[in-house]
Amino acid sequence: MSESVLIIRDLCISVGSKQLINSVSLDVHSGEIYALVGESGSGKSLTAMAAIRLLPDALKVTSGRVSVKGQELFGLKEKQMQEVRGRRIAMIFQDALTSLNPVQTVGDQLSETLRRHLNLNSEEIRQRTINLFKEVGLPDPERRLSFYPHQMSGGQQQRVMIAMALACQPEVLIADEPTTALDVTIQKQILELVVKLARERKLAVLLITHDMGVVKNTADRVGVMYQGEIIEENPINDFFENPREQYSKHLINSLPDMRHYRKSDESQTPLLQVSDIKIHFAIRKGILQRVKGYTKAVDGISLNIAPGETVALVGESGSGKSTCGRGILNLDKLASGEIRFDGQRIDDLSRSKMMPYRKQIQVIFQNPYSSMNPRMTVGEIIEEGMISLGLKLNAEQRSAKVDELLQRVRLDLDSKRRYPHEFSGGQRQRIAIARALAVNPKLIICDEPTSALDVSIRAEVLNLLLELQRDFGVSYLFITHDLSIVPHLAHRIGVMQNGKIVEQGDTEQVLTAPQHPYTQSLLASVPRID
Amino acid sequence: MKIVVLWSDALIFLLVAVIATFFWNMRKDKILTERWRQVFSSRLGMVAFVVIASYILIALLDSLHFRKALEPVEGQPADQVFYENRATSVLDVLMGDMADENERTYSAPFSLKSFEKVNMKADDGSSIRDFPPLVHAGKHLDDPADKPADIVKQTFIALIIAIVVCAFWIGPQWYFLRNSELPWKSAWIAQAVIILVFVWLIYVGNLYHVLGTDKAGNDVLYKSIKGIRTGVLLGTLATLVMLPIAVTLGVCAGYFKGWVDDIVQYLYTTLSSIPGILLIAASVLLFQVYIDLNPDFFTIGLQKADARFVGLCFILGVTSWATLCRLVRAETLKISQLEYVQAAHAFGVSNYRIIKRHILPNLTHIILITFVLDFSALVLAEAVLSYIGVGVDPAMTSWGNMINEAREELSQEPAIWWTLAGAFFFMFTLVLAANLFSDLVRDAFDPKTVDGGAKA
Repeated sequence: MSESVLIIRDLCISVGSKQLINSVSLDVHSGEIYALVGESGSGKSLTAMAAIRLLPDALKVTSGRVSVKGQELFGLKEKQMQEVRGRRIAMIFQDALTSLNPVQTVGDQLSETLRRHLNLNSEEIRQRTINLFKEVGLPDPERRLSFYPHQMSGGQQQRVMIAMALACQPEVLIADEPTTALDVTIQKQILELVVKLARERKLAVLLITHDMGVVKNTADRVGVMYQGEIIEENPINDFFENPREQYSKHLINSLPDMRHYRKSDESQTPLLQVSDIKIHFAIRKGILQRVKGYTKAVDGISLNIAPGETVALVGESGSGKSTCGRGILNLDKLASGEIRFDGQRIDDLSRSKMMPYRKQIQVIFQNPYSSMNPRMTVGEIIEEGMISLGLKLNAEQRSAKVDELLQRVRLDLDSKRRYPHEFSGGQRQRIAIARALAVNPKLIICDEPTSALDVSIRAEVLNLLLELQRDFGVSYLFITHDLSIVPHLAHRIGVMQNGKIVEQGDTEQVLTAPQHPYTQSLLASVPRID
Repeated sequence: MKIVVLWSDALIFLLVAVIATFFWNMRKDKILTERWRQVFSSRLGMVAFVVIASYILIALLDSLHFRKALEPVEGQPADQVFYENRATSVLDVLMGDMADENERTYSAPFSLKSFEKVNMKADDGSSIRDFPPLVHAGKHLDDPADKPADIVKQTFIALIIAIVVCAFWIGPQWYFLRNSELPWKSAWIAQAVIILVFVWLIYVGNLYHVLGTDKAGNDVLYKSIKGIRTGVLLGTLATLVMLPIAVTLGVCAGYFKGWVDDIVQYLYTTLSSIPGILLIAASVLLFQVYIDLNPDFFTIGLQKADARFVGLCFILGVTSWATLCRLVRAETLKISQLEYVQAAHAFGVSNYRIIKRHILPNLTHIILITFVLDFSALVLAEAVLSYIGVGVDPAMTSWGNMINEAREELSQEPAIWWTLAGAFFFMFTLVLAANLFSDLVRDAFDPKTVDGGAKA
């Protein structure tokens, strides 16, 4: 076994009297990728921040030590520590765009790091920069030097971040959720890059992630963090074959089952028929704000949803899948095409004529934090739809209905007097589901309802949705970028790219024998654990 | 006695009633109550609030006006009563004879003699040039040499009165609030200090000119205290004229977008491209012309001055809404894109209800912060406007007018500093308290500084 580069021993961190990290120890060897996994709040990022001594002021390291190749970090002066950061330990973050300076070209930013840490003349620096860009796989590196961050895609920005991290040849690379903000196809490329660099440069990589699929595909060893402690540490294969801890099993099993598909029933008459809809946003310019062109967010989409059926709409960010959902809800105006609900055309209805249909089509949003008014109690939030859609209920009946719904989504009855901020993300998503169900809809549009949630909670919410479908016979239009949850959930699937559905059909058929090249590349990028 | 209700009097009481109802209704909102509790749970917040509250109390007392009946003169019909040509307020009554104890001209604080030499006839008939003794200050003294001892003695008496007042004022508060978690102790200490200072100022101020006299021989302390009403009223009235305009336009622009947004934006960009002072000066002068052309509307001089004052508040309010409007518009744009507003759309909730239930409550923090911050800015604006001569009527006492007078006084030798000092002290205390308080309000209400409450 090769030597340990990064050593963390008995690290304890507390805020006030509360212990956040409790005696964490780990070693990362050179050329190895060590994955630290756990759900949000388990202390993964804190451990990493403590290792490079960038903890927020309120948090105190109470005991423990961190060393890089024998050099103790906690004994260094801040000035010496600055030398360590960048030269010995480098870090890449989740959101590359906010980590890059928007008013400097990426070339300048990279050469600044080089100039600061290494004694080179400007021609050498330029050459180095180009080589680094080449190494992280940026196409046409010479031209990229003069690009500003916003001119590059998310994946390219993350590559620039990695190039900056590598600039001074560090021994340790800490990657804090480096691919969470990226689409699957890009995620795959970035992870491959990290693996390649770790092997070639003999880097010790500490990869922080919550995604078990990512772990399976990249890491050599795994440490599972739970409530501030590492509860299990194992080489990758042992870990997935025989996890020791109950919690680890739970983490692995909460990955959706991708082998069983739901079968669709063709015979039913469709509840929702969407034929060839287009949604265009005008681009306005000049003093008079005249329309200069259109962004074609949705460009001719047709799909049908039968009663009690789930149709998944899959695509990467910017493919127009959310806009499509908004169009069906009549929140965005259609440029052309028509939407029929129960055989009745609804896309051109006026506000008041639309009212009866609002009862039947509901929506659940992605972000559980912004989808509820922070100033209303949960009871008021759930009631709102019943009141405004004129369900003929008096206050008592409404209250009884709220109780029933809360029970249905398995929340305490006294929740209704509390405010949304008192709940966790998963609980909030349950409230959102209760709110949608309050008006007895026939169709619920789920716009990425689980992408902000941890894996284990994601499974619970998805199972709740399935259960409600079984009991109430609602249909779902499930908008997601996460292909791994689709087989478990959807009868049929539509794959979207650039505002168009490139492939549509039964889930099993599309996922096992994809026809379109885009679907194939999407599928190939999904991290799998089986 | 005949009660006089000036426009500004009516407005200030209306305002207090509105604010009181606002807070009364807010009791039900748990989050808001919690935030206010946070403001008041700091000692600084308590003290700042007590200072502001005492200013408001003084302003209110000074807004109850009446005209005293004149003694009947000979030949006057018995059933007819004539009234004084000026209005007296309850505060004037509390302040005793300070208003009437005019000297001939300048005199220094606590001085017994005038500040300027005049030619006088000595007892032997020869003409000498010396400082004449003051008419009112220290007239209870038998020997001018007793002055220092007398001041100490009077201070002592004032202290005893103040302690009695404190006991009656703070005692009941202590009885009812002793078990409260809030730092009432600091509030009581602040109240005690304020009562002490005011009782001393009024008691001793009736015997001496504590802050001297101005050019026309008026007591400067009296003027400074009378300036409180002008300052407080201008700050609140102008803000309250501004708020509805800014909030309504801002919310409409941000929520309805499209042509409504265009119109509102053009309005406020136009408004903010005109120099503010010029616009205010022009409007005030226009209004002054109107007042001068219609003298029949006003029975006494104070009403004229008051009309100009209310006009000024209105103009200040109408010209200063652009900044808040911009803020409100931006915030509304942001909120109306949030998913809970979209969910409300999906439920078919009406626009009016969305604005009322989802948007306005989430704007409260901005509105509150602006209200408190603008208050102090407007008090200062009054000083600037009076300085260039377009502020309140010169007949109305205001800190701005006093500072304007001090301009000449400071440039002469020996300099007369007390007019400026008096205005400065009272204005400084009010603005400092208001700024400290607004800081705390912002910390408590701004979602970015609230301890991650929304994310927890």
